[in-house]
Parts: sequence; structure tokens; C-alpha cells
Amino acid sequence: MRRLFDEELADLDSSFTEMGMLVSQTIQKSVQAFVDHNRETAKLILDNDYRINEREAAIEKKTFEMIALYQPVTTDLREIVTILKAVSVLERMGDQARNIANSTIRVKGTKHVPEIEAKLGDMGEEVASMVSEVMSYYVKDDAIGAEAIAAKSRDLAKKAGQVRLDAVNGMKEDAELVDSAADYLVIAGYLKRISDYTTDIAEWIVYKRTGKIIELNPGSSFFI
Amino acid sequence: MTNPNINLKTVKDFIPDEAPERFIYKMNPDKHEIALSTHDLKVFYGDNEALSEGDLDFERFKITSLIGASGSGKSTFLRSLNRMNDGVATVKGNIMYRDLDINSSKIDVYEMRRHIGMVFQRPNPFAKSIYKNITFALTQRGNYTKDELDEIVETSLKQAALWDQVKDNLNKSALALSGGQAQRLVIARALALKPDILLLDEPSSALDPVSSAQVEDTLLELKEKYTIVIVTHNMQQAARISDYTAFFHLGKVIEYDLTRKIFTRPKVALTNDYISGNFG
Repeated sequence: MRRLFDEELADLDSSFTEMGMLVSQTIQKSVQAFVDHNRETAKLILDNDYRINEREAAIEKKTFEMIALYQPVTTDLREIVTILKAVSVLERMGDQARNIANSTIRVKGTKHVPEIEAKLGDMGEEVASMVSEVMSYYVKDDAIGAEAIAAKSRDLAKKAGQVRLDAVNGMKEDAELVDSAADYLVIAGYLKRISDYTTDIAEWIVYKRTGKIIELNPGSSFFI
Repeated sequence: MTNPNINLKTVKDFIPDEAPERFIYKMNPDKHEIALSTHDLKVFYGDNEALSEGDLDFERFKITSLIGASGSGKSTFLRSLNRMNDGVATVKGNIMYRDLDINSSKIDVYEMRRHIGMVFQRPNPFAKSIYKNITFALTQRGNYTKDELDEIVETSLKQAALWDQVKDNLNKSALALSGGQAQRLVIARALALKPDILLLDEPSSALDPVSSAQVEDTLLELKEKYTIVIVTHNMQQAARISDYTAFFHLGKVIEYDLTRKIFTRPKVALTNDYISGNFG
């Protein structure tokens, strides 16, 4: 039987996945802008952040409406709850991209460490692709795939730890690096936070598929 | 950074290899006090089997909802529980109540119905006063003093949350009551016989949402003292008030489980489809 609910849910689904793609692209661009010291792109990211926030609000509003009008249960309810929870996670990812763009704009140091920046660039690519990946698990309703995101997130945490070490060592050796290195520290932190968020979305995908609320990355919320 | 206290089950453990076709919750008698249970219950209308394999346990002081499409066998099942199908259909199998098989021919059906009362879909007060509606059955079967009857009328009406609205009009005709009040009077009438178990067949489907909510409130209060089994077409009602839910389909119980499980993650695909309105 075809239900009006299914059509609306399909619309909601595509708005949600589109927003995921937008966030993934924004993260990727913001890291690239940081690595390239490109303030123009960074400014554009700040200017466009409202688009992500607007999408979040529209999706939330739609989920509230659907809950009120259709009173969904079981798999329908889980899908809506998953979107409702995961959409705020996407929005917070967008905020981290905005933070990276802010760092790019206010960067004061004139002396940089290309090796660390290259590492950050790689991490940015990786995190952006984790976001696209987790969205594709959402679309495919693939809980097993989503679970595997947690391992990538742990891997990325290690890289963030390495950047922290490099940055601190750089500061110890050369005081002129302090401005740049302080930014490297926070950017690594932002990227690690985004990768933790992909795990949060993965947990909601597991919930959607199985009805179980689980912790995929226990004890990972320390700074870098 | 793994926390040793976290249960290291993987997601795979939560995804069953094959979804079951049926799931019947079996109560552990050590943990749950079972008020009523059916074993291998089958109901025939002539040669026509209307219900089979109805094996359910009903926990004491809980509300159990029976849901399913029209013709799924849920009302047939409910009516069998206090022998309302006698003379209408043939009921085979056992219905165990206090170690007695009440489906046996040796059972005094009228005495049994004092323990297992029934309330029907349409409020059916007698064309008598509110007071006499409640005392009628009692005075037919026993001797009670006026004081005793007064006491029973007051207690039953209070339990059915109707006392405050009718206490000054006990001699008025019950036919003047609103639908919600009439249904609560019928519940009070059933309670006057001091049953253990109350069976209700769509008790609020003929009522507006406000009256329906009043009946639901009443049922939630009653479950402190009574075991309740209710047939309902209103899925939200089942979700709101019942502790257990049984889903009937084509004369079989497809799934029986805690209500919160049935409405969040049922084990059988058919149940999921039915309660999310994705059926047929």
C-alpha cells in the first residue's frame, strides 16, 4: 500500500542527504582554504553558513510536523528520529567548518610549517570523505558499514595527536611559530571533533536499522 | 581508548539472520503473576476455523491490548475468555484461571463471569436508574441489605471515576448519561460483581476523543486492582494504556510482546507493517 507518509518521508530523506553532502563539501573547502591561506574562500564559507543552519531548521520543522500528523511508530519512527538527531550533528559539523574558516581569516603568523599544513590538509580530505561515507551508509541503511566508521575516527584521532605533538615541538624550537602552531592545534581539534560526529551519525544509523542505541566510540571525547 | 565496561557486542549481533514469522512472549511464572492463560485455543464457527494457536499468558494487574484488522480473530478470542462464544462457536483448548480450565463443561459459566467480566463496544446501560444498573445483577443472585448495596454502588462508581458526576442523581435514568459516562457506568456495573479480570471489546470506539480519554484514564486506575484485556482498533490507545500487546492476523496471534517493544521494534515484519499502517 502506498502511503502519503512514504512520499513525505522520501522527501525528508533526500533533504537530509543533500544537507550531508553540502556539509561534507564545506568541510573540505574550509580545510583547503586554511592550507592555501585563502581568506576569500574562508569568507565565503562564513557567509554561507546560514544555508546549513536554514536546512537544519527546515528539516527539524518537517520532522515535528510528520510526528504530529502521522504519529509514526517502529521503523517509520526510527527513521524520523534518526534524521532529527543526525541533522543537528550535521549542523554542528558545519559549525566546525566555520571555525576553521575563522582561523584562516584571523591567522596572524607569517611563518608556517608546510609539513603540518599538509597533514592537516590530508586529515581534512579524510574527514570530508568520512562524512560522505556515513551519509551513504544512511542511504543504504547499512549498519555494519556505519559501525566501521568508528575505526576510521580512531585513526583520525591518532593523526590529530601527531599534529599536536608536531605543533608543540615546533613552538618549543621556534617562538615565531607560536601563532601558526596555535592554529594548527585548534584545527586538528576541529577535525577530530567532526570525525567524532560522523561516529555519532553512525550510531543513529545503527539505531535506525536495529532499534538499539549503542556507543561506537567509547571514551573518545578528549581534546585532540 | 576502549572502555572495558562497555558491552563489546557488535552491530551484527543486533541484526537477526532471519526475521521470525511469529513471536509469542512467554511469561516466566517466577517473575510474572499470570492471571489467565490460554493453551492451544481454537475457535470454530461450524467447520470454519476462526482462530487457532492462541497461546497467550495475561499478567495480573496489567493491561493487555488485542489488536488486528477486522476479522483477524481478536474479538473471537476475547469473547472466548468468558465463554461468550458458547452456543455461537465451538471453542477447543484450555483457558486456565486459578488452576481451573474455565473452558471445561463442568464450569458454572455464570459464576465464572462474576470473576471475568465483560464490557462491550457500545455502552449498553439498562433502561433503569443509575443505581439499579449497578445493583441489578447482585439482587438477582443474592441477598444484600440496602446499606450493602449503597456501599457497592458508591465503590463501583468511584472506581469507574463516575461517582462525582452522578452521586446526586442516582435515581435518574441511565439512558440520560453521555456516551463516555454510560460506558463508565457499564464498567462500574461490571466492577460491582467484584471480578478479577475485566474484558473490554472496543470500549471507546463509539465515543468521542474526550469520553474516550476518560475511559482510558479509568482503565489506567483500574489496573491497580484488576487484570484488563482490551480489544481496540485504536493503535494509539493500545500504545498509551497497555503493558502488553497481541497482534492478530487471519485467526492467528502473530506477535505478542511488551507494548513498548511492539511499537518501537516489533520482531515480525507483518506487525511492523500493520501498526505503521503499511498493510495490504
